[in-house]
Amino acid sequence: MEENAFYVALSLLVNLDASLYQIVVLSLQVSLLAVVIAAILGFPLGAAVALWQFPGRGGVIVALNALMGLPPVVAGLGVYLLLSRAGPLGELGLLFTPSAMVVAQVILVLPILAALSRQKVEELLGEYREQFVSLGMSRARMMPTLLWDARFALLTVLLAGFGRASAEVGAVMMVGGNIDGVTRVMTTAIVLETSKGALPLALGLGIVLLTLVMVINATAYILSETAKRRMG
Amino acid sequence: MTSLNVPVNDPLELSAPPSLHFESVEFNPFGHRLFGPCSFTLDGPGPTLVMGPNGAGKSLMLRLAHGLLAATAGTVSWSGRGAPRQAMVFQTPVLLRRSALANLTHALAVNNIPRKLRTQLAREALARFGLAASADTPARVLSGGEKQRLALARAWALSPAVLFLDEPTSALDPAAIKEVEAAVQEFHERGTRIVMTTHDVHQARRLAGDVLFLAGGKVQEHTPADIFFSAPVSRQAQAFISGELVI
Repeated sequence: MEENAFYVALSLLVNLDASLYQIVVLSLQVSLLAVVIAAILGFPLGAAVALWQFPGRGGVIVALNALMGLPPVVAGLGVYLLLSRAGPLGELGLLFTPSAMVVAQVILVLPILAALSRQKVEELLGEYREQFVSLGMSRARMMPTLLWDARFALLTVLLAGFGRASAEVGAVMMVGGNIDGVTRVMTTAIVLETSKGALPLALGLGIVLLTLVMVINATAYILSETAKRRMG
Repeated sequence: MTSLNVPVNDPLELSAPPSLHFESVEFNPFGHRLFGPCSFTLDGPGPTLVMGPNGAGKSLMLRLAHGLLAATAGTVSWSGRGAPRQAMVFQTPVLLRRSALANLTHALAVNNIPRKLRTQLAREALARFGLAASADTPARVLSGGEKQRLALARAWALSPAVLFLDEPTSALDPAAIKEVEAAVQEFHERGTRIVMTTHDVHQARRLAGDVLFLAGGKVQEHTPADIFFSAPVSRQAQAFISGELVI
């Protein structure tokens, strides 16, 4: 029985294993903080691209769409170079800290939030444009209205971003270093346990990660569906 | 002229509505002429009903007058200094994904009405259009008639000197049409200039002070309603009000 992954996962959870608890909390902290920061930057960016016409707008849209598929290791490498001792931000001493992991995940999530929110806001703007112009609204004034009215669609976008952040391993591994008790998160722990041959533990961790992501998604889905039905 | 700088919370101060002048106005995007050249003045008491077959340019005329579209040639101007406060009600009401009340307070916020006045003004407007009980209902689950009344209440709360309506009743049942027409009359009695398009000759007879008849992107005639319906000048208008199919 001890070798069964589900049993391991269950016993990890039931016994509230202290190191597992720490790993889960850090994973959530890093990914949620990254998603929040990326949303604060990415939603207005997406809305701005939807609202304003400017030279090179097409290029910006293509770049955002393309960056949705940015390989995590490339983002990790970029942040690594930036934060390494010899790098331009080396002074800050952020490499191999959770902060560095947040920075890397923000870079991964930001294009997803900006590109998808651009689409959603543009759709909504098509519906609202004449009414907005009729009300004498400036583009800057339209932005908060559109973002608020797209809130249900944007929640789904937010989940896509969170999925990306919580699932990736390359970037947090490179800039975090998988240091036990400091920067070890679920994905890096799984990689480590797998390479050590501790497959049941790795699988157990995988099940815990999957369950967490499912619970968060289900909660958000139920919330948004209820709200959507209520708002029509 | 008066009524250009009427504070929104003092709506009953309107007297003569501002007059609208089209001077050789054309709209021809991509070199394809869709409207004009047209010259006319709306300075009567109104309401002005804009009629004509599909593609006559009725909606274009409203959008050019309201400033949603810019004329490619000619000028659209108003009496007095600058453009008066205007609102427009669309064929399909555009409502925010919020409560009925929040739709109104949003419009008031956009027009820089102080926060503490917004809710009160919004509730007054909702009550006037029979929507007091629906204040907290999401706007988009209201019935078609209620939605259009909400759009009218939003316009009312803004105290426009001019109200444009683009076939506001074309998707409504007779009871809802009656309510919308009553609302239009209220705006008219408040001194708001009404410019409204319709396909419905009977509706035009009920509401019109004067009729602007368009066909082929041009004004065919612009006459007081009683003259238009008793002795139309243009052949298309004759056919239109006698119920023939005008193409």
